[in-house]
Amino acid sequence: MGKATIIPFGPQHPVLPEPLHLDLVVEDEKVVEAIPQIGFVHRGLEKLVETRDYNQFIYVAERICGICAFGHSYGYAETVERLMGVEVPERAQYLRVIWHELSRVHSHILWLGLAADAFGYESLFMHCWRLRERVLDIFEKTTGGRVIFSVVKVGGVVRDIDAAQLAEIIRVLEGIKQDYKQIMDAFLKDSSVMNRTVGVGYLSFEDATNLSMVGPFARASNVPYDVRSLGIGAYGSLSDFEPIVDAQGDCYARMKVRALEVLQSIDIIEEMIARIPSGDIAVAVKGSPADGAEAACVVEQPRGECYYYARGNGSKNLERMRMRTPTSQNLAGMVKALEGCDLADVNMVILTIDPCISCTER
Amino acid sequence: MSYATKSPWVIHYDGSSCNGCDIEVLAALCPGYDVERFGIINTGNPKHADIFLVTGSINEQNISVVQEIYNQMVEPKVVIACGICACSAGIFHDCYNVIGGVDKAIPVDVYAPGCAVRPEAIIDAVVQGLAILDEKSKALKAQKKGA
Repeated sequence: MGKATIIPFGPQHPVLPEPLHLDLVVEDEKVVEAIPQIGFVHRGLEKLVETRDYNQFIYVAERICGICAFGHSYGYAETVERLMGVEVPERAQYLRVIWHELSRVHSHILWLGLAADAFGYESLFMHCWRLRERVLDIFEKTTGGRVIFSVVKVGGVVRDIDAAQLAEIIRVLEGIKQDYKQIMDAFLKDSSVMNRTVGVGYLSFEDATNLSMVGPFARASNVPYDVRSLGIGAYGSLSDFEPIVDAQGDCYARMKVRALEVLQSIDIIEEMIARIPSGDIAVAVKGSPADGAEAACVVEQPRGECYYYARGNGSKNLERMRMRTPTSQNLAGMVKALEGCDLADVNMVILTIDPCISCTER
Repeated sequence: MSYATKSPWVIHYDGSSCNGCDIEVLAALCPGYDVERFGIINTGNPKHADIFLVTGSINEQNISVVQEIYNQMVEPKVVIACGICACSAGIFHDCYNVIGGVDKAIPVDVYAPGCAVRPEAIIDAVVQGLAILDEKSKALKAQKKGA
């Protein structure tokens, strides 16, 4: 056993797309302990509810994170609607789910690309990001934005997707599916990929439940928890939904869960488009949330369960807005998974929890 | 500018951005926009980089990191503020933990606005940055001759 050495990792590091600092305590090449330090991205945006009214804050909410931007505006709007007792038209609920699942497709493909980059498979990274551009093209055609859409409002959505565009989405997704299957084979069957990921960064079912992990990170440790199976909003009308789980609990399992979830999301979008009802896309929302009224909501973001809480004070501004984002949950499991891994695998383990630091710190 | 005298390498640091601009910076390097075909490479080493792409605004925690990367970069160097948060802190300007745009920490040469900044805007800013890089490099050479 060698002497313990501390290696600082981040916040600016080639493999880290986002600023996170870790003090890695290593003995020889094995990581004994990882001590995270966060706060590089903290903006303090929850406090902005005091100066922005509940309609304006939706644009702040969606800038919590640029990858799951739609999910945050969706979760915030849903919470405020519960707070004020607003019934959202069914078509708007379906449209929200379509955009939300499209965000998951783009987020997971983006992540697969970053994972490929982390284990040194540059061409696969490029292929993933090329495929992702086609999802962004759908966003651009239907909302006008590539990253931030500003398409949700309290009471519904701002824009409709007409029948021709819906048919176009189906056509594009079919094309993506064909190309995606090839990429997925590279991730799940390539022996060099398996050498880097199988057995690395193991997290047991007990640890995952004790540390209350969420999202694909938990599902890869066999925790069958997915908010979508609760059937909130239009998810309730899905004919069938089973969370994708894997029992292995290693980096490979996390990759596999996300890889399969892309196909699952595409299926959900196709089902939603086939069943979408006609009608209004928004209702007018008047008045302010009542003093002391409280509401909460959970949304399955690409990275896992995100919890929203809001309290009104009788004015246009909310008294309190609180989000608990998936990565702030998952950091505890990441530290656990890092213990005992090789120094060279650290980047792989960090990436497989799909950290979103700007969500975490807000 | 009719031609570029060199292929700049870029370094990217995420100040306190929401990731939106970061993925657009990466998207500009990847197929679709593909500036790598002009030899523009994303490096993690400040000493290798000519252009510093900063996304997101500056806060107490990251101001020293941004300054450290800037100081480590070798002259001539160009700083591009990518996205409205890097330019002026945008929607977060009145957050308690936000000091302001990147120019509160280091000198900025080109501002690329947008929320999120579009890859086209980043490419345009890098082209403008290249011209500035050329000028700075000429000035450096002249200074050396004079000395």
